[in-house]
Amino acid sequence: MAMIKNDKTELRKVLACELRSMMEEDRNIIYMEADLGGALGTGSLFEDFLGQAVNVGIMEANMAGAAAGMSVKGKIPFIHSFGTFASRRCADQAFLSGCYNGANVRILGSDPGISAEANGGTHMPLEDMAIYRSFPEMTVLDIAEPSLFRFVLRETAKRYGMFYLRFPRKGCYAYYDKEGFEIGRANVLRAGRDVTIAASGIEVVEALKAADRLETEGIQAEVIDVFTVKPIDAECICASARKTGAVVTAENHNVIGGLGSAVAEVLAEHVPCPMKRVGVRDRFGEVGDLAYLSELFGLTKEYIIQAAKEVIERKN
Amino acid sequence: MRFDKIQTERFAIEIRKSLLRAIASKGSGHVGGSLSIADVLAVLYGGVMKVDPANPQMEDRDYLVISKGHAGPAVYAALALRGFFPMEALDTLNRGGTMLPSHTDRLKTPGIDLTTGSLGQGASLAAGAAFADKLDGRDNYTYLILGDGELDEGQVWESIMFAAHQKLSRLIIFVDANGKQLDGTTDEICALGDIAAKFASFGCNTIAVDNGNDPEQIYRAIVEAKEETQKPTAIILHTVKGAGVSKYAEMENCHSCSVTREDLEEAYRELEDRKRSL
Repeated sequence: MAMIKNDKTELRKVLACELRSMMEEDRNIIYMEADLGGALGTGSLFEDFLGQAVNVGIMEANMAGAAAGMSVKGKIPFIHSFGTFASRRCADQAFLSGCYNGANVRILGSDPGISAEANGGTHMPLEDMAIYRSFPEMTVLDIAEPSLFRFVLRETAKRYGMFYLRFPRKGCYAYYDKEGFEIGRANVLRAGRDVTIAASGIEVVEALKAADRLETEGIQAEVIDVFTVKPIDAECICASARKTGAVVTAENHNVIGGLGSAVAEVLAEHVPCPMKRVGVRDRFGEVGDLAYLSELFGLTKEYIIQAAKEVIERKN
Repeated sequence: MRFDKIQTERFAIEIRKSLLRAIASKGSGHVGGSLSIADVLAVLYGGVMKVDPANPQMEDRDYLVISKGHAGPAVYAALALRGFFPMEALDTLNRGGTMLPSHTDRLKTPGIDLTTGSLGQGASLAAGAAFADKLDGRDNYTYLILGDGELDEGQVWESIMFAAHQKLSRLIIFVDANGKQLDGTTDEICALGDIAAKFASFGCNTIAVDNGNDPEQIYRAIVEAKEETQKPTAIILHTVKGAGVSKYAEMENCHSCSVTREDLEEAYRELEDRKRSL
């Protein structure tokens, strides 16, 4: 059973460290950014990897297109901006120059959803997964765990294709002890028979906390980290839903178009059962700290617990 | 690089005939902007670009990015005439299952290097390809064809700033300045001002070609562009939309129009007459 570790790790530090060693190992790995090195912790890479790490300036559309052009020449680009600009601002380029063109680009969108905190509604991507989930050939990843993040950075560099990876820059709890991850395969973090909680990104920690509390009330929740939101692990979700008969999803995203939608689509077609989506209810973001926003948008463990009890009630 | 004036002019005529044949097979298509770039394509595929029809994926080939992707029929005509695929394929333009879609697609057509169709995007793709070549120390060229109407797109200017900043001197940009876009003239819709001055102020070496439908002038501009070692070069081709075929050159709006069997025969007669007079 997965346990949440006490210490937090800044994912931007993991990113800078992993990119540094990956770029040393393979000169074809390219890192591009749209003038956020100071905020993303990657500034030193531009000096140490001249040409291989590039601050293109504040031009996300050109960054996405140029990266696609580089990829057909054998380069392996990672491009990075805040999640809003890495999705909305370059969606057409990611679609056409990227997916439709058969390119090979990893798009990193940092500070998804409420993790944008003080940057507020303009910088709070609650629709990025919905946008990219609808693009053929695009893999969508929602991650807020250090070892999983490390794995995905290295794994996507080995694969050819289009990837969107959303992650918070700042402190994230570890909850994995071992590796052995696979893109497209969800991880069952905790087994249970009464209700399934399928979560992604920062909501996985909330789901684990919710499961702890539910256990004290005699409810056994199965917690699944669905870090690959597309292609979704239908097999894992269906197997769990068949066992528990009730499903809650939890995501740091609009309930329209993200993880909740993806799970609902799978269940509606294969294992219809009581289900409830915990997530942002189709509204814009705003400024505040994580605790405030988590409460404001209904993303805390309390909302997951309440949703779990509701779906259990509905199956009886 | 090689260039033969008469041969290239003949090649341009064959491109015009073949692109009209392709469009006529469907009944209509992007006639005007295809005809206006027939001459630059004749120069590029006639002996400037390092390409191999028998090996379209040749590693050290020059790239051509048609950012005005709707001019696909002109490129398909040039590629078929050079032997990248059989001429008969031209008659499948835009039909279900074709290898020749309206907008150029690298996954469908041998000889197409990058996929375009959303205006402005080819500029970044070309800059990225040229940047990768520069990082790897390759000496091949990336050619980019932009429409003048396409210059309305902000992404074009992002990519030009990027290319200039990265000193991509092996990126040669052609602007097909035919003065017309879908709904009217570029002056009426959103005036572009001095195109060459714009590219110069964005950091490009610029060359204006007064008659962008004259292969010899185009070739001379390319020779001059290759002398530049610091900046990308923008060659502004002052062209005529529908160039080479009176009916379309004189038409107010030939962006997308019909080509009947009779139209095709008439165009062939005009083009054959021109060829004989060379």
